[in-house]
Amino acid sequence: MKILVKLFANFRQGRFKVQEFELSVTTTCAEVAAMLKIAEAELGVVLVNGRHAQLAQPLREGDTISLFPLVGGG
Amino acid sequence: MSDLLVFLQARSRNGLLPWAAQFAASQCFRKGLAEVEEIALANGLLPARYQRNRAMLSVPEQHRLFARHVAVIGCGGLGGYVLAGLARLGIGRITAIDPDCFEEHNLNRQLLSSIKNLGQPKVAAAVEQLGAINPAVTVIAYQEAFGMGNGERLLRGADVVVDCLDSVTVRLELAEVCTLLGIPLVHGAIGGWYGHVSTVLPGALSFDRLYGNNDNGKGVEVTMGNPSFTPAVVAALEVAEVCKLLLDKGSILDDRALSIDLLDMEFTEITL
Repeated sequence: MKILVKLFANFRQGRFKVQEFELSVTTTCAEVAAMLKIAEAELGVVLVNGRHAQLAQPLREGDTISLFPLVGGG
Repeated sequence: MSDLLVFLQARSRNGLLPWAAQFAASQCFRKGLAEVEEIALANGLLPARYQRNRAMLSVPEQHRLFARHVAVIGCGGLGGYVLAGLARLGIGRITAIDPDCFEEHNLNRQLLSSIKNLGQPKVAAAVEQLGAINPAVTVIAYQEAFGMGNGERLLRGADVVVDCLDSVTVRLELAEVCTLLGIPLVHGAIGGWYGHVSTVLPGALSFDRLYGNNDNGKGVEVTMGNPSFTPAVVAALEVAEVCKLLLDKGSILDDRALSIDLLDMEFTEITL
């Protein structure tokens, strides 16, 4: 299935802003992050089609997943 | 009409009360500067320091800001700019909370830090510098680390709380105490070129959604540090949210967050 991945902030460094991937059915948000070598400890907000998603959420054909890093400084 | 009010009206021009007259009234009538400002605003006189606010904030709105109490948790990168912004805006009571003293590595970004106050408590700098910016503002300082144990005591009575912390774990505790007390929380966080802002109304789930996938103590700031400009941008957005919350104006960032990327200069709205 085709999935569009959008990366934000420092996740773009050495990767990309937006890229389409052909992934196997039932791939989860966590598996997309792992495929991109983004550790779960780095992950902040995860959106699927612009809505808040859990890491375990499976993706569907045509979904857009957006990954934002955890930001905690002040 | 009180003699004090007659004194203020006689020295006002076009509805504006000059600082010299406000100060003289305080001296002549043995009243605090805050009390003089309260009487002026309650009677339609705008301290002249706020005259550039006049096209966007009415005198009753400026009065409402002066009657409100805002608590700022953390007086470092975000906190320094937030505190200065609130004092210049004319918030009447400001609580500043931070356990730390200034260190050399704060100088690249923390507004209240300077060579001469290295080693001094951050909250002491807040009292001194806010007093110099706007002496009519009452500043309450606590040199304490915020936590579940003291949170209710520190925040009780605040109309809005501003999150300028540097730990995700403590932020989650702050959100819990704000929910418990029913106080709106303006949240900001920064790391490197990046940051985000959101406003959490009591009972809203937005904080769980921002940090729900991960409640590690730290984020991107650990590897990237923080420059001079990212805290200034995010703090200014937090002060704007406080202003709108207190005046019930415009649209606030409740149930959404604004993600800020100053490297690619992108502002992305996230629905929470």
